[in-house]
Amino acid sequence: MSEDADVPKETLLRAFRLMTLGRAADERGVNLQRQGRIGFYVPMNGQEAAQVGCGLALDPKDWIVPAYREIGVALARGIPLKTLFDQFYGNAADILKGRQMPCHYGYRAFRYVTASSPVGTQIILAAGIAQASVYKGEKVVSVPFFGDGATSSNDFHAGMNFAGVLNLPVIFFCQNNGWAISLPREKQTRSASLAAKADAYGFPGVQVDGNDFIAVYRAVQEARQRAIAGKGPTLIEAVTFRMGPHSTSDDPSRYRKQEEVASWRAKDPIEHLRDFLVAKKWIDEAGIDKIEEETKQQVQEAIEAAEKSPPPSPETLFDDVFHDRWRILEEERSEFMELLKEGVLRA
Amino acid sequence: MTEATLIQGVNQALRIAMAKDPDVIVLGEDVGVNGGVFRATDGLYKEFGEKRVIDTPLSENGIVGMAIGMALQGLKPVAEIQFMDFIYPAFDQIVSEAAKFRYRSGGEFPSHLVIRTPYGGGIKGGLYHSQSTEQLFTSTPGLKVVIPSTPADAKGLLLTAIFDEDPVIFLEPKRIYRTATGELPEGDARVPFGKARIAKEGSDVSVFAYGAMVPQCVQAANVVEKMGIHAEVIDLRTLVPIDVDAIVGSVEKTGRAVVVHEAPKFSGFGAEISAMIAERCLYSLKAPVLRVTGYDTPFPYTLENLYLPSVDRIARGIERTASAT
Ligand SMILES: Cc1ncc(C[n+]2csc(CCOP(=O)(O)OP(=O)(O)O)c2C)c(N)n1
Ligand SMILES: [Mg+2]
Repeated sequence: MSEDADVPKETLLRAFRLMTLGRAADERGVNLQRQGRIGFYVPMNGQEAAQVGCGLALDPKDWIVPAYREIGVALARGIPLKTLFDQFYGNAADILKGRQMPCHYGYRAFRYVTASSPVGTQIILAAGIAQASVYKGEKVVSVPFFGDGATSSNDFHAGMNFAGVLNLPVIFFCQNNGWAISLPREKQTRSASLAAKADAYGFPGVQVDGNDFIAVYRAVQEARQRAIAGKGPTLIEAVTFRMGPHSTSDDPSRYRKQEEVASWRAKDPIEHLRDFLVAKKWIDEAGIDKIEEETKQQVQEAIEAAEKSPPPSPETLFDDVFHDRWRILEEERSEFMELLKEGVLRA
Repeated sequence: MTEATLIQGVNQALRIAMAKDPDVIVLGEDVGVNGGVFRATDGLYKEFGEKRVIDTPLSENGIVGMAIGMALQGLKPVAEIQFMDFIYPAFDQIVSEAAKFRYRSGGEFPSHLVIRTPYGGGIKGGLYHSQSTEQLFTSTPGLKVVIPSTPADAKGLLLTAIFDEDPVIFLEPKRIYRTATGELPEGDARVPFGKARIAKEGSDVSVFAYGAMVPQCVQAANVVEKMGIHAEVIDLRTLVPIDVDAIVGSVEKTGRAVVVHEAPKFSGFGAEISAMIAERCLYSLKAPVLRVTGYDTPFPYTLENLYLPSVDRIARGIERTASAT
């Protein structure tokens, strides 16, 4: 754990709780998919410190532009667990109306932009949001979240270049988790580090230990101060590791060695923070057990609530294509309702 | 002859082509060590090595641009795009470069390459792992567009694609990767482009489909058969080049046509088939042409079974068309 930590005790305890909650949610997410109760899941196991560290260092008004693996960020932002699990179930209570695969969520009230699947597209969006924030005089930053793989995308280049040229308040938060599905980081780029890429765009890039909550938290705080002071963007490379499969569709034993996973297990981000808190005597075993139990219970309650909700009603299929209605789609909607009534289509 | 799945057909075609011709190179995300996320390239890395099976960085425009460059220098690359939904970064390379090279160079520089990609819904993949956007490619002159629906066609059409001198967009119906099973002919058993296949013979209504909709249409034809309607299901196999004779011939025989695809109806490939029928055999028609397709919305997640043309919805369409006077 980083020494000389001037991060308040309350923040660290909150981080520990959020990281524990994130892991509990994540483990259940994978299991629910295995049990056929939800369709898909993308675990972030191992990346808790990077995600919660960044999430907590931001102001609630800052814009988060996530990918699909960011439950730690979502929880740090304060998005309720129930909201997330309703999305995983794609049920009638899901704010997204069951439109997206699990883990692809977002909510305007939290300035957390709805994720898509294509890798990298969100990166330039964050620059656009930042440009608008500057124009409107809002003192906020925008933060695209992406992985090592995304640094090969077009929109990584576009986002970095635009933010650099326009000197925008963007924190490019890259979680280098070692792998892009089966491609190891060394085969993604010849660059010695991902942080080094910032050089070519004319702004700082910093590499931090992504499994060290305090290191991440402080790096983001610093980048945020720079951005708010009008000094432009920063690229942060949080070096971490994806402990689980890429998603529930993936079998990592096909491409990586168990020893590599084991070596990272020794650097578990939650255990690190826990040891620090215990050494400081800010928490004891009983306190840890209590947090673990409470978070598991919270997750259980969110799942039970989500399972009570039915699927979205069929006619919602045709909503939200446009803000208004157009003839072609309305004709399809009426024909669809007719087929439902006749039992040709069954909800 | 061996019994195999559609994805095994793809795998075999790649293996046979690579064994036969050292210029055939496979590249894409996760195609090497991992054997592809759907396992289409399983075993190729081991058999042919990293010089011929290249795991690329995460960049679709990079993959396709590399393939075009390799083709310029005489190779026959087969690029994999992990999902059709992720092909768009490569759209510029496909449309501006691959599709136009032969024409803009007066035939000096053909683009001898294949872009394989899984397409279509039915796997609970939501907006970005389900789309069918074949019409973006069929409306771009210079691209051939191929969609198999059986293991033998997956193998035979892919072999033809790999040795065809033009850029071929090879769309694989991922939903039936493992459920479509059938006999696989031995060896380099190519299936020619531009020849549709009669998946089920009939005399009352012609049903045109491709990819994962073919087995759905055959099932629907079996349903309406019980009502005494004999539908003819035609598997188009290649959208470019299209088998005009098969379409016109069948409609002249039945006088009725239903076109089925997963893609949204508006400006979909069904519009091309409908127009072709109107232009070439309108006077044979006894009923309006009907399209049974995905709806004109983005692809949903929870409600995907209501979105995709189901057997019942197709059967209803055939029934309506058969009874229209
Ligand atoms: C443009 C695009 N190409 C391919 C994919 C398929 N895919 C999904 S995630 C992924 C790897 C992403 O790796 P990385 O950026 O390191 O993020 P991580 O998943 O490790 O968090 C790939 C290839 C995709 N979603 N989008
Ligand atoms: Mg990664």
